[in-house]
Amino acid sequence: MDAREQMRELIVRRVARELKDGDVVNLGIGLPTKVANHLPEGVEVIFQSENGFVGLGPAPEPGEEDPDVVNAGAQPVTILPGGACFCSATSFALIRGGHVDVTVLGALEVDQYGNLASWMIPGKLVPGMGGAMDLTVGAKRVIVAMEHTNKGRPKIVAECQLPLTAAREVDLIVTEMGVMEVRPDGLWLVEIAPGITVDEVRAATAAPFNVVDDLKVMQA
Amino acid sequence: MGKKVTTRQEALKAVRDGMTIMIGGFLAVGTPEGLIDGLLESGVRDLVVIGNDTGFVDKGIGRLVVAKRCREVIVSHVGTNPETGRQMNSGELKVTLVPQGTLAEQVRAGGAGLGGILTPTGIGTVVAEGKQVVQVAGKDYLLELPLRADVALIKAHKADEKGNLVYRRSARNFNPLMAMAADLVIAEVDEIVPVGSLDPDAIMTPGLLVDMIVPGGACHGC
Repeated sequence: MDAREQMRELIVRRVARELKDGDVVNLGIGLPTKVANHLPEGVEVIFQSENGFVGLGPAPEPGEEDPDVVNAGAQPVTILPGGACFCSATSFALIRGGHVDVTVLGALEVDQYGNLASWMIPGKLVPGMGGAMDLTVGAKRVIVAMEHTNKGRPKIVAECQLPLTAAREVDLIVTEMGVMEVRPDGLWLVEIAPGITVDEVRAATAAPFNVVDDLKVMQA
Repeated sequence: MGKKVTTRQEALKAVRDGMTIMIGGFLAVGTPEGLIDGLLESGVRDLVVIGNDTGFVDKGIGRLVVAKRCREVIVSHVGTNPETGRQMNSGELKVTLVPQGTLAEQVRAGGAGLGGILTPTGIGTVVAEGKQVVQVAGKDYLLELPLRADVALIKAHKADEKGNLVYRRSARNFNPLMAMAADLVIAEVDEIVPVGSLDPDAIMTPGLLVDMIVPGGACHGC
């Protein structure tokens, strides 16, 4: 495993420890998808896939793919026993209606107020928001899982400059450098990755943040 | 009563230049590829297409974009089809991006006779620009208006000859919503079964909503 992969694995393992037994969870495409591979012992969650089902299971064995069973990124997946399928209106009623406990998403920028920008870079990249705006507004808890910087440029900023996905909805930010909570009075560093100093986190962060007195070492 | 079953050529005669068309599917899963083949064959153009996304360059709604048959697409995502982005940047294609849950409810409202829906999604973002904000019990919601279409092209797994439909797995997505929101509904289905063989409790779209059934076409590119 190279250094970047190790860093990404630390992030997804740490996010996985946020999930509680019985949670209904929606994972974004990309890095967040990998959280499913690292659920703590004894924790069983229900994964929701916004294209229309709960009971999202792992990728099928090669040759066992079902063209009608894909995740929201069109990758072949499985539906576990007990899973259920529904239309897009029901899927987003689950999301907006407060029936999804946790969503884990990536970000282009996230700021000290919990604003999230994740869906477009004007003039450069306009993929569309897909389900991200509804998920961010609707899920009870919003966790951003991302690399701390984009090739050295801070992604945690004082105020998002890119168009927002949602305003003031992010609850927790997990990166390879540490874990930050978004509280009413701003960002709080609550855990720090092994071998990283608070000064290093400050240097890689473009937003003010507080440090809790009992700062813990981030466990994978 | 088998009159609803027809060929795609016959069914698509109703689709004319400039119409607003809803097309089911999510990244081409649950998209009626045979009907899209039919649209490409028919030469119809200048369409306004409402769907979840513009699929891929070689799958789903994306094929209509590549063939330049659309004047506008109203979708939640275009990131998997670089041609949509190219036409959007060059000004050839109008792309209206809508949050996926909002789009689903707009289509549902269009089919349900509602004057719109109130959603918290998009508050504080560019999606709210130009829209009415309605406060209910101290909380802000966006008023999003209903969407309807001239024609809906949907995909189901099974139909009986009365047009009762059953969808399969994640291929359901927008299809049952669109079946309610268009003046004319054409369903492409994998299998047609005799009337009475579908359990009424298992039917997902009542046949009264479906005007025409087109068999097969599941194998795009065959």
